[in-house]
Amino acid sequence: MSITPTALSNQPAHHILSVLVQNRPGVLARVAGLFARRGYNIFSLAVAPTEDPDLSRITIVVDVESAPLEQIVKQLFKLVDVVKISELDPRRSVERELMIATVRIAAEERGQVVELTNIFEGKILAVGVEAITVSLEGSPEKLDDFEELLRGYGIVELQRTGRVALPKLDKEARLRAVRGKAS
Amino acid sequence: MSEKITGAQALIRALEKEKVDTIFGLPGGCILPAYDPLLSSPIRHILVRHEQGAGHMAEGYAHVTGRPGVAMVTSGPAATNMVTPLCDAYMDSIPMVCITGQVSTTAIGTDAFQECDTVGITRSVTKHNELIMSPDEIPLMVRQAFHIATTGRPGPVLLDLPKDVLQNSMTWHWPTDEEVVESLPGYKPTMKGHPRMIKEAARLILEAKQPVLYVGGGVLKARAAEALLELAEMVDAPVVTTLMARGAIPDDHPLCIGMPGMHGNATAVTAMQKSDLLVTLGARFDDRITGKVDAFAPDAKIIHVDIDPAEQGKVRRPDVPIVGDCRLVIEEIVKALKDMLQGGAVKPDISAWKSRVSGWQEQFPLHYAAAEPGDALKPQYCLEQLRDNSPEGTILCSGVGQHQMWSSQYWNFKEPYTWVNSGGLGTMGFSIPAAIGAKVGRPDRTVWAVDGDGCFQMTAQELVTASVERIPIKVAVLNNSYLGMVRQWQEMFYEERYSEVYLSPEVPDFVKWAEAMGCVGIRVESPEEVQPAIEKANSIDDRSVVVEFRVDASEKVFPMIPAGQSNDDILLHPDQCSVREYLR
Ligand SMILES: Cc1ncc(C[n+]2csc(CCOP(=O)(O)OP(=O)(O)O)c2C)c(N)n1
Repeated sequence: MSITPTALSNQPAHHILSVLVQNRPGVLARVAGLFARRGYNIFSLAVAPTEDPDLSRITIVVDVESAPLEQIVKQLFKLVDVVKISELDPRRSVERELMIATVRIAAEERGQVVELTNIFEGKILAVGVEAITVSLEGSPEKLDDFEELLRGYGIVELQRTGRVALPKLDKEARLRAVRGKAS
Repeated sequence: MSEKITGAQALIRALEKEKVDTIFGLPGGCILPAYDPLLSSPIRHILVRHEQGAGHMAEGYAHVTGRPGVAMVTSGPAATNMVTPLCDAYMDSIPMVCITGQVSTTAIGTDAFQECDTVGITRSVTKHNELIMSPDEIPLMVRQAFHIATTGRPGPVLLDLPKDVLQNSMTWHWPTDEEVVESLPGYKPTMKGHPRMIKEAARLILEAKQPVLYVGGGVLKARAAEALLELAEMVDAPVVTTLMARGAIPDDHPLCIGMPGMHGNATAVTAMQKSDLLVTLGARFDDRITGKVDAFAPDAKIIHVDIDPAEQGKVRRPDVPIVGDCRLVIEEIVKALKDMLQGGAVKPDISAWKSRVSGWQEQFPLHYAAAEPGDALKPQYCLEQLRDNSPEGTILCSGVGQHQMWSSQYWNFKEPYTWVNSGGLGTMGFSIPAAIGAKVGRPDRTVWAVDGDGCFQMTAQELVTASVERIPIKVAVLNNSYLGMVRQWQEMFYEERYSEVYLSPEVPDFVKWAEAMGCVGIRVESPEEVQPAIEKANSIDDRSVVVEFRVDASEKVFPMIPAGQSNDDILLHPDQCSVREYLR
């Protein structure tokens, strides 16, 4: 008896897809539209040009089981503008994210937030009478911790970029490209 | 060398270079510039009465010729009228190039008159689409469009052309094949199957005791009918042809056991269920074939040949996935089998399996209760007569509903590309425009469209196009005064509570309507009139003919597997229920 995809799939988990696309109008809409059309949720998404101006890299984090992930990857590949897709194994890749937050804080307590920001090696971007804006760059988990601590003071506004990722510089991870059309 | 022409001239010249002989379309504001150079082009333009018709005509043309159908329409409402045929072509992998007009680049985004986001709207129903922002891009974009539409898994490609892009001048340049391929770094369809997988497939075939060749539309798209015949005869296994693959192997070939699926015959359905190996060729385990997926062919190993990697494992995980062109892969499998047999491998004895299959065929032929004298005409009888009285090579098109299923069941398909229908999307109104497109593609053939009275009323106006453009087709309307297929579901699954399925037995008057559109109209009400009417229709070739058959509204399509149920629970015609136990 053969196995159906559902029987194979494991628990939903974060998967990071690094999608190299042709830098053309509408390409982000194509990628995002495909996720919507096939019923998958994007957890976070970051897009920017790469070292090659003709190409952009879209870093997508999805929460799915592995069988639907395989479908997503194959369907993404069918987009003419998609040149290469790698699934980055979180253990074998470096991930970074940037966060900016404005915290409401009385002048006399401001020092606590400054101290916290310094411990996390973040930056003070602006200081007002009753508020302070700080930034932090780092692994998404580090940002989660920082965010939680800031919440205790009262966050006015907070913005995170979504993660970007690249394989760690060991051979194995670099070879873990799901499939490379360019190759 | 550096010849200056307008974007519109470049577009038409590019289409000529792509060997387009026919465009189906209808002009309007934004596409106007492109219609001017068309006047001096050898390309034939067929002026439709509704843009949806242009799309289905392009599909019908592509179905029978294998060449991409081309449709050209204006912006806004014309573009939205194309959405249905684009989606239809996408679902059934039909190569098609659609050109739409767009408001000028300077007006895009301003909600200008007849502006709509055509590229956004059609993104999920095309294989690819592009908004062209400069006339210099036109030749490359046209070449890319034809390349993408016709290679890999075929499909529709749309090019959206703003009016000023058509009006402005450009320097003509015709890109080479290499330039086209280089411009698409993300598009490289896999053609050749993996050698290891091909060997593995051959090994499984030589082990199977109860093999079935499960043949889908991909075999026709890959022009693989000949290769299929060789493989089938070599393996000596029963072959099922899905709704999209009818004619891939002749129905009267001893190995062909016909159509599987929701309204497939009991033998084809059961052979798949009991099989130990499904050699899946260009088919996609559609829910209309599998029924309840968990219960589908539970003991079968799966070889899955498909050019689209995303089909591998989408529904059923294959034991041997082979991504590649069906024709090339089948030829390779045949070669591998030959090598193995020469190397001393022995073909297993599958005679027990084959006699089981032919036993089912004897017990469960397609069946309907013939009309008693005075009864209403049986639709199945009309189709048998049509089949037996139409010339060799007739192309059959159909709409969507009961008449479609009966057409597929009762026709005797003798060769590929003689069956044109809307499988994946199930688009009512497909048949008349598709038949017109088919006739344009194959003017040497008789083209019959079998339609329901519901479907006919969706696109019949294209018969005016057929008359004016002198494209003589024949239409058999099986008029049961109902949205018959929906009526059947309400009878069977909604306790005969008929809700909004009764059309009208009186209006429209199909004969008068046909005549008003320049066709010959014939009404048939009794069995004796059937054959003479068909013969008369077949003898007329200077005009289109509409034959209205007044048929029994209570007829249902059997067999049937209710949606979502196991194929083991196939509902047979009531007359066959007493021998059901043989279906083991
Ligand atoms: C555009 C569209 N609308 C609705 C349907 C749903 N539908 C499927 S079959 C059918 C009835 C078709 O009636 P008719 O053309 O008279 O054919 P019959 O089933 O009676 O042979 C309907 C409404 C559809 N397939 N396509």
